[in-house]
Amino acid sequence: MRYLPHTQEDVTAMLETIGVSSVEDLFDAVPEDSRPLHPLDLEPPLSEWDLVRRMESMARNHASADRARVFLGAGSYSHHIPAIIPQLLGRSEFTTAYTPYQPEVSQGTLQAIFEYQTLTARLLGMDLANASMYDGASALAEALLMALRLGKGKKKVALSRAIHPRYREVVKTYCSPAEFELVELPFDPESGTTDFSGLKDMEGLAALAVQSPNIFGCIENLAEAANLAHESQSLLVAAFTEPLAFGLIRNPGSQGADIVCGEGQSFGIPQSFGGPGLGMFACRMTHVRNMPGRVVGETKDVNGERGFVLTLSTREQHIRREKATSNICSNQGLCATASAMYMAALGGTGIRELAAQNRDKAAFLMGILEGTGFRPVFSSPVFNEFVMKAPDGFAAIHAKLMERNMVAGMSLGSWYPELEGAYLFCATETQSREDMEALAEAIEEEMS
Amino acid sequence: MKGDYASTGLIFKEPLLWEKGRKGRRAFSMPERDVPEAEALPEGLAGEGPDFPDLSELEVVRHYTRLSQWNFGVDSGMYPLGSCTMKYNPKIHEKLAALPGFAMAHPLLPESLSQGALGLMYELQQMLKAITGLDAVSLQPAAGAQGELCGMMLFEACFRARGEKRHKIIIPDTAHGTNPASAALCGMKPVALRSGADSILHPEDVAALMDEHTAGIMITNPNTLGLFESNMAAIAAIVHEKGGLVYCDGANMNAVMGYVDMKRMGVDVVHFNLHKTFSTPHGGGGPGAGPVCVRAELEPFLPLPRIVKNERGYGLKEDCPLSIGRLHAFYGNFGVLLKAWAYIRSLGADLKKVSELAVLNANYIRSGLKDTYDVAYDGICMHECVFSDKTLKILGVTTLDVAKRLIDLGFHPPTVYFPLVVSGALMVEPTETETREELDRFMEAMRRIREEAEENPEILKSAPLRTKVRRLDETAAARNPCLCGR
Repeated sequence: MRYLPHTQEDVTAMLETIGVSSVEDLFDAVPEDSRPLHPLDLEPPLSEWDLVRRMESMARNHASADRARVFLGAGSYSHHIPAIIPQLLGRSEFTTAYTPYQPEVSQGTLQAIFEYQTLTARLLGMDLANASMYDGASALAEALLMALRLGKGKKKVALSRAIHPRYREVVKTYCSPAEFELVELPFDPESGTTDFSGLKDMEGLAALAVQSPNIFGCIENLAEAANLAHESQSLLVAAFTEPLAFGLIRNPGSQGADIVCGEGQSFGIPQSFGGPGLGMFACRMTHVRNMPGRVVGETKDVNGERGFVLTLSTREQHIRREKATSNICSNQGLCATASAMYMAALGGTGIRELAAQNRDKAAFLMGILEGTGFRPVFSSPVFNEFVMKAPDGFAAIHAKLMERNMVAGMSLGSWYPELEGAYLFCATETQSREDMEALAEAIEEEMS
Repeated sequence: MKGDYASTGLIFKEPLLWEKGRKGRRAFSMPERDVPEAEALPEGLAGEGPDFPDLSELEVVRHYTRLSQWNFGVDSGMYPLGSCTMKYNPKIHEKLAALPGFAMAHPLLPESLSQGALGLMYELQQMLKAITGLDAVSLQPAAGAQGELCGMMLFEACFRARGEKRHKIIIPDTAHGTNPASAALCGMKPVALRSGADSILHPEDVAALMDEHTAGIMITNPNTLGLFESNMAAIAAIVHEKGGLVYCDGANMNAVMGYVDMKRMGVDVVHFNLHKTFSTPHGGGGPGAGPVCVRAELEPFLPLPRIVKNERGYGLKEDCPLSIGRLHAFYGNFGVLLKAWAYIRSLGADLKKVSELAVLNANYIRSGLKDTYDVAYDGICMHECVFSDKTLKILGVTTLDVAKRLIDLGFHPPTVYFPLVVSGALMVEPTETETREELDRFMEAMRRIREEAEENPEILKSAPLRTKVRRLDETAAARNPCLCGR
């Protein structure tokens, strides 16, 4: 095996040095009652060439954006990834290093993450960001746990029903062992944004969580949400699944959000069947010591040179054990670096233009779908995804279109029973006008 | 030998991103606008856009190329970081993960369009079952710590289903720091368990702590001293007898593949770190993956969705009323799972050999250095060996000094000051992919440092001398945190 360098001669000489007669002797500590009764039951090893063949055939067995027209976002977005990103990210000095415990030989990772933290804080309008969380959903769950810690003794959080349903499920999983109470706020069926009226007279609330743009693509009024949260002495946690939106719309920090968290996959990270992505997490400096996750800080070396280190680790599990702010250690370091490369590649000028293009594409797609009998469901402005009521009998057509390698949005009925027959669509810069017109044409063909 | 040591090479200075660039530059190929402009956003919703620097493509490329050159990775040299299993990461895996069929796959397409990825995940589940001897797997946890958290949630759900609530969990002093943190997130209080004089756990000590209010025990096996917990099966029997459950932290699985059957050992839940045992690149701190394997009794509680095989091929099972729910928006770190699948398929039953050679390498280092440094436990170890600072302290030298000096000699330092049960611990995990010559060079460097400690301790205290930066002021960094650039 090419990864295993030992020759028989090496093994013999090493055993002699150790003073045992066989490799098996090294495993004497494993008693009979803990050993397997059979040899490892695994397929025979594949050569590199057979491995590639096998993997390629599995990959071909999957409808991906390179072969299909997928008009779907819902937390995972198709965006162009500049060639420089995989190229630079693939440098093995980045990929084959571990957590930067030894800063003098990890300045590459450390500066890259410090830059990621800074760009993320600027993007979201916050004081600081951590080094990353696993994904947007667990970032939201940890944000609410943080708010519950800060809200000493409070047991309740309110979540908008227009937050991605999967995110709400992860929150429920994280909050259930400690028996925190989750209250859901409805969305207004006309505007598609959160209805905050239920917040009145709500006692013991630690946090209010709102997603913007929300699961329907609608832009929420975070400033109002922040006022309501602060009136009830609770924190506003603002979530997102599409960070590109902040190239155009007001960032959550400028509207009074206390914690901002979400998914950064859109920024230079392949969709990759939903993972690995990037949990972005930002907060105010006043709350830094309650923040979960790792964080990189700037300092100086003995010669006064600028350098970077992992810092504030007294919050973390390896020091505080059961009193830690979180148990997270390995996070999504390389994905955070990818997103920083992407933010640097776009720049302040580029992100505005790309965000505008995304909004234009969605508006255009909405327009041509209306031409085929779809109707918009909500009145609020959207970013790059939106909900349309389908013409009668569209479910069968949706299935037919898949056979033609087109995914015409996603039916919302299973997530929101009241939206049975409504579909969530998404258009980004990767969909050309031609793609969208082809979709409309195909719908019309199938309908007639 | 002198010529073998690392030298400085080219180290460029490189400013921070926002200290470069000019407004109006771009490193991104903007697509042509082919649709009309949408109407402007209403006042109050539109923002300024973020204050990002504008750079050209070459500026970005040079920036990250230079940054990367300040990093030490497995591809640069030996990285004997104990408990982290920094073995060689096969290059072919990076190519496989980038296959468009997988890299461009949307997670919410119907099962019929997702057979490739679902099939791969199903097969990986089967392989992990074969390697552990356990009955069911969830691939969802995104890292080892999330795997632990998942495990504790499974415990909690299992007791809830029995109509019980247990508040305590036994955690040995040789456990990873994440263990108590994970348990605390599930509202359990850790009860400390001390290892015996022989540095492993003993059934009678567990029996003294185990009662009806205790959920069970979390054992790292092999433990953080690199020793196998030989009494695990007996300990598990004691825990089970009182209705408790047994969790195994499998971070050190690289030592025992083909040598243990988790089920026979009495384990109810174990997590893997795929980035350790199955060699998916660590990425400077992720992404990793921390799948959990469980005994049949705990299967109903595994996270949603389950990846199953049915008459239509591979599918997602959502209908599991006892499940703890979701831990991830989708299915976990699929791109990492794919690399682990490739690694296991490349080795097959040779995984046993992987463990044998990992253990051989660790013992070779332990034997070779035991006369120069104080070995924390003098006897056969598993995948890693731990040295204390007993003999260094006399010379006025610290473990940290030794670690920093190793950098000058071309090696990444081992894990330091962990486990806490050893004074000034230095934890060396060579892994199976290092050659005997490399281990010899490492030991020679360690011996030379020992000589320097006696003859010229100053050089140790001022190390590292050849890196981009010298020792950094970590105290100042924590006292006046600067976490965001201006």
